[in-house]
Amino acid sequence: MGGFFKSSIGRKVAMALSAFFLMVFLLQHFAINLLSVFNPDLFNEVSHFMGTNPLVQFALQPVLIFGVVFHFIMGFVLEIKNKKAQGVAYVKNNGAANSTWMSRNMIWSGAAILAFIVLHFIDFWIPEINTKYIQGDWSGTLEGVEGFRYYEELTHKFVSPIRVGAYVLAFVFLALHLLHGFTSAFQSVGATAGRKKTLQNIGKAYSIIIPLGFIFIALYHHFNH
Amino acid sequence: MSEKGMNLTLRIWRQKDSNAKGQMVDYKVTEISEHMSFLEMMDVLNEQLVAKGEEPVAFDHDCREGICGMCSMYINGEAHGPDRGVTTCQLHMRMFKDGDTITIEPFRAAAFPVIKDLVVDRTSFDRIQHAGGYISVNTSGNTQDANALPISKHAADEAMDAATCIGCGACVATCKNSSAMLFVGAKVSQYALLPQGQVEAADRVKNMVAQMDLEGFGNCTNTGACEIECPKGISLENIARMNRELMKANI
Repeated sequence: MGGFFKSSIGRKVAMALSAFFLMVFLLQHFAINLLSVFNPDLFNEVSHFMGTNPLVQFALQPVLIFGVVFHFIMGFVLEIKNKKAQGVAYVKNNGAANSTWMSRNMIWSGAAILAFIVLHFIDFWIPEINTKYIQGDWSGTLEGVEGFRYYEELTHKFVSPIRVGAYVLAFVFLALHLLHGFTSAFQSVGATAGRKKTLQNIGKAYSIIIPLGFIFIALYHHFNH
Repeated sequence: MSEKGMNLTLRIWRQKDSNAKGQMVDYKVTEISEHMSFLEMMDVLNEQLVAKGEEPVAFDHDCREGICGMCSMYINGEAHGPDRGVTTCQLHMRMFKDGDTITIEPFRAAAFPVIKDLVVDRTSFDRIQHAGGYISVNTSGNTQDANALPISKHAADEAMDAATCIGCGACVATCKNSSAMLFVGAKVSQYALLPQGQVEAADRVKNMVAQMDLEGFGNCTNTGACEIECPKGISLENIARMNRELMKANI
């Protein structure tokens, strides 16, 4: 089995498996964020659970970090290998004649998403880790805020129009990445036989609805604050 | 198109040998009939060059019937040119207009080094075939009855579709990653679908994929460009099948 993941196909299967994990993660992240629009109290409850539950913190969180890092490093490694396999570049190449822009630019949409995740880490993850693991404050409360702090913190993040603009742009790139990535992952694990059209349709719906939903949440809080 | 034919500018990659540095060179051809195949147009150019005492443009060709897989060329940014489901010999000049400039380059990939001008070395495909693209049967005078092994119509059709791959390399030339997975996928599939291929199935896919990686072909990212440019319409499903076969062989 060790040899399998060293082969070109093994690497693409590994890329697909990490993609599946990230797409499931994205779905649950979206579901929780959406609660902030319809039920702030429930959003607070769920956020506190996710932020303090040992299973989430010590089992799922490390897996998530590994998944993200693996997907990015593998993506860049494969891109470099593929550039090398290409040799001399064409003087004239009509890529649009036979493939989508999304499929030819996964590295760029991916890099844009990576830039967003770095910002998200600085903006959200590092302060969370600081509060909980360094200062030892697991209460989920904040001085001057009634109940849990999570809803207050979330809405605060969407005040700045520049921040909301960057957020919207990042999710446009995510949509572009998913428009190719969703069906591509199924193709990589060989699971497209006889259901290609169905998968393409589900892929399109997922790739547009989820990022658009995130954008909606950001704009909702921006204009209702 | 008028009787007079087309006047064209050809921008062609010229390279003396595998070690030389190549460059694009412009040539003019006149009165090209729209009924000519692209290779016949190249013949007209070479006749001109020979008459002038210049070196003709080297390009691969053999059957000129669209079945041998020998003709290549990257024409106006596409393998085998702008038409669909054809090799370069079956590409006709009616696809172009009077006054056009046509860019003609060799198939590009690190695993397809240029030998001269538009001729590239595709023996890496042969070595992948040698690694497992066969079945071991005794053929010395004990031929079986054709229907001794029952095979479903569906499996037979799919195997036949995969077997129509002529190994021209358009998939590699088109792929932004120079991946050979459509070719190898077709060769693996044509046996994976038939009972005769089962005995060596696991070794076949492992060895062929290992050889493909060794030759320096890139990693497939499922852009689907190969399927569009393939002169024989080999489906991406063959790549998915190869992926399944390799997973199966490793479990």
